[in-house]
Amino acid sequence: MKDFAALFTALDQTTKTSVKTAALADYFASAPEDDKIWTIALLSGRRPRRAITTTKLREWAAEHAGIPLWLFEACYPVVGDLSETIALVLPEPQSRVEKSLSAWIATLRGLDNAEDDVRKATILEAWDGLPPIERFVFNKLITGGWRMGVSQKLMTRALAKATGIEEAELTHRLMGDWSPDSVSWESLIEAPDPTADLSRPYPFYLAYQLEQESHELGDVSDWLAERKWDGIRGQLILRGGERYLWSRGEELMTDRFPEFAQLIDFLPSGTVIDGEVLAYDRAAEAPLSFNKLQPRIGRKTVPKKLLTEAPCILMAYDLLEWQGADLRQTPLADRRSILEEAIAALPPVLPLRISPRVAADDWDGLAQARAISREIGAEGLMLKRLNAPYLAGRKKGDWWKWKVDPLTIDAVMIYAQAGSGRRATLYTDFTFAVWNGNDLVPFTKAYSGLTDAEFREITAWVRKNTTDRFGPVRQVTPHHVFEIAFEGIQASPRHKSGVALRFPRMARWRKDKPLQEANTLDDLNQMLAQYG
Amino acid sequence: MVLEFTEAGIYCPAADAYIDPWRPVPRALITHGHSDHARPGMGAYLATEAAAPVMRHRLGDIRMETTPYGLKHRIGDADISFHPAGHVPGSAQIRVEVDGEVWVASGDYKVIDDGLSEPFEPVKCHAFITESTFGLPIYDWPEQEVLARDLNGWWATCAAEGKRAVLGVYALGKAQRILRLLDPAIGPILTHGAVEATNKVLRDQGLTLPDTVPVVDGVDAKSHPNAIVLAPPSALGSAWMKRFGAVSTGFASGWMRLRGVRRRRAADRGFVVSDHADWKGLNWAIAQTGAERVFVTHGYTAQFSHWLSEQGYDAGIVQTEFGGEDLDEAEETAA
Repeated sequence: MKDFAALFTALDQTTKTSVKTAALADYFASAPEDDKIWTIALLSGRRPRRAITTTKLREWAAEHAGIPLWLFEACYPVVGDLSETIALVLPEPQSRVEKSLSAWIATLRGLDNAEDDVRKATILEAWDGLPPIERFVFNKLITGGWRMGVSQKLMTRALAKATGIEEAELTHRLMGDWSPDSVSWESLIEAPDPTADLSRPYPFYLAYQLEQESHELGDVSDWLAERKWDGIRGQLILRGGERYLWSRGEELMTDRFPEFAQLIDFLPSGTVIDGEVLAYDRAAEAPLSFNKLQPRIGRKTVPKKLLTEAPCILMAYDLLEWQGADLRQTPLADRRSILEEAIAALPPVLPLRISPRVAADDWDGLAQARAISREIGAEGLMLKRLNAPYLAGRKKGDWWKWKVDPLTIDAVMIYAQAGSGRRATLYTDFTFAVWNGNDLVPFTKAYSGLTDAEFREITAWVRKNTTDRFGPVRQVTPHHVFEIAFEGIQASPRHKSGVALRFPRMARWRKDKPLQEANTLDDLNQMLAQYG
Repeated sequence: MVLEFTEAGIYCPAADAYIDPWRPVPRALITHGHSDHARPGMGAYLATEAAAPVMRHRLGDIRMETTPYGLKHRIGDADISFHPAGHVPGSAQIRVEVDGEVWVASGDYKVIDDGLSEPFEPVKCHAFITESTFGLPIYDWPEQEVLARDLNGWWATCAAEGKRAVLGVYALGKAQRILRLLDPAIGPILTHGAVEATNKVLRDQGLTLPDTVPVVDGVDAKSHPNAIVLAPPSALGSAWMKRFGAVSTGFASGWMRLRGVRRRRAADRGFVVSDHADWKGLNWAIAQTGAERVFVTHGYTAQFSHWLSEQGYDAGIVQTEFGGEDLDEAEETAA
């Protein structure tokens, strides 16, 4: 594991992408194949099953370090990471155990069915035989939750550099339902068999938010405009008499949406559709709010009642594979024609719709169409160049999100809580309130949107202005007003304020705004009436 | 009580004097020259001979008496003496004896010999006032030799790659301690004005430091391609650094023990080095005093006093205005 720990250190010691890519590429060029496969798996979120509970790890670490458990627990929030806390409190190792990454993983998996005392002995032996960085890495293998400051994209780029295989092609090979047990370096990277995994999705094409003026994109007739629907982006695969539904986060969601099974009988094998899964009102032919979809996402399987309460459809955006042929290099205009034709031929009872084109003669016309997005349950428009291929990953140029401006409200910070990991020593998680008469009613939390410098500044302020503590949460003097931006608002009986926000974040620190001028609960309710 | 904890600071009624007060008082006993312990506006100061030059440099024309370590001063009804704290050159613990009862206020301290400061000297007492900046078992400092090897290894690698190594360090204490660990065979050592000013004060009082080149116009990547640069943390990432071209940045602080802090600082390297005692150091020092009562000031006060109580000490927390819990402030002023 020395090499892997060295890789980890090299990645950890730099913030420069080029240096990270080089370190990874070096590793991929020299590490043993089993280790490489595991490294790819770990960096793409495929972790081994957790063999030992964190409760046990905490107990054993405290005992081995000769400190009471409460003191260990007191260290944890300071460090912000359990694996690191353990690595830091344990005494210096007295010996040195050398094993490869894959050998350590095998050791850990061997503990799956072992007795507790065997598990403990194995873990303590590892802790005693590993220097601190390897010990930290070892703990991460147990607890999962890898964040090595390396995105899958960066890893793929390094892999491309090390193997000479094209990045987009590698991205595709790394997609889908594989694990280091089911594949080898050879079968995954070097010489993949395209038919081996029928469920393998294509990499999603992702858009950036439009920053320039829309008319700078050129002739409006070169572009396809459609609604940016507010559901879950999904890729539906129909191959070999089976269906698979993938989320953008590469999670297989097939069983959560049984309604799509019927499509197998109506569309040819070798069909892959990119679209948005939406809860849908069939009678009104209109999407239901994201709130209705939420319970469907949270469950592995769906009870009947939920199926009728929140029936789902796939709102189709694009066709990636048709009759077994990869269409991604075909221009969008042609892909759309085939898709529109295919869907038009289907009985409307099926849970598949084409995302309608939004037509306009000029950019102003599209801007007007965009303005009503929130009213019809969309987040804005998508603009896609009609002659463009379907690319892999987030790319600028051919696709743009043109979202409506977020809703905003000025709110008062009333509670603060420290972050974790990189932000463990900073107060970053805040609760905000609006006025209701002379009371402040909490209505949302937010923890992003400020710069590091602003977080440092507010952290210092929080420490000096704490009025009460509830565990890790500090109540602070109501003083600071923040502009909270959010994408949507829903009625919510679970919240004191009666509303729940979608994607709330801090848009601005309103140092110019006096406390009394923050918004009120009435203002929130008005927004609810208008957009809820 | 031999010492009392008041709004203005730690007060000795028998001597009518304050230790490291944070409000203006007629008579102040100062443990060391860092700005959270030696503040302006006191009627009179008493400090060690070795701490005095830096205090004069920072506080200007003040009324100050100086004392060698270990010398007893009778002030009012109290016997007061200063003993090495090992924190920075001239730093002291202050021993106060009244009617046979001995209290020691330790200021900031560390127990390892850093090769620069007068090494920490345990003082027997009945009650001990300790800091707890790093009072959790996650803080465990590497040996000084390991630190020297890591620092010089980094510098040599930078030099080989054609980069300047730029290290963020606190100007008093940390900078000079690191200067003495550097291997001048690798290349020249450049210093920011704030660091060099303190170097001058310490050299003038007789401390030996390796040769340094102050960064002035014309001193840059071209003139000193293999250089290491020592600068206060605030200078890192500022326009001042542009002259050095390609750089690798590092921070030297006890907080660098934590990966989260290292990452937040966004430096290329973090070196774990502090002028405060680590967990083992604090526990060792307290045991050496033989004290039954321990008062815990700035740092992880709640956790550390709880721990001490479990170890059988009569331990309590004292609120002070020393460089406290605020990590970033602490990084700038005391770590």
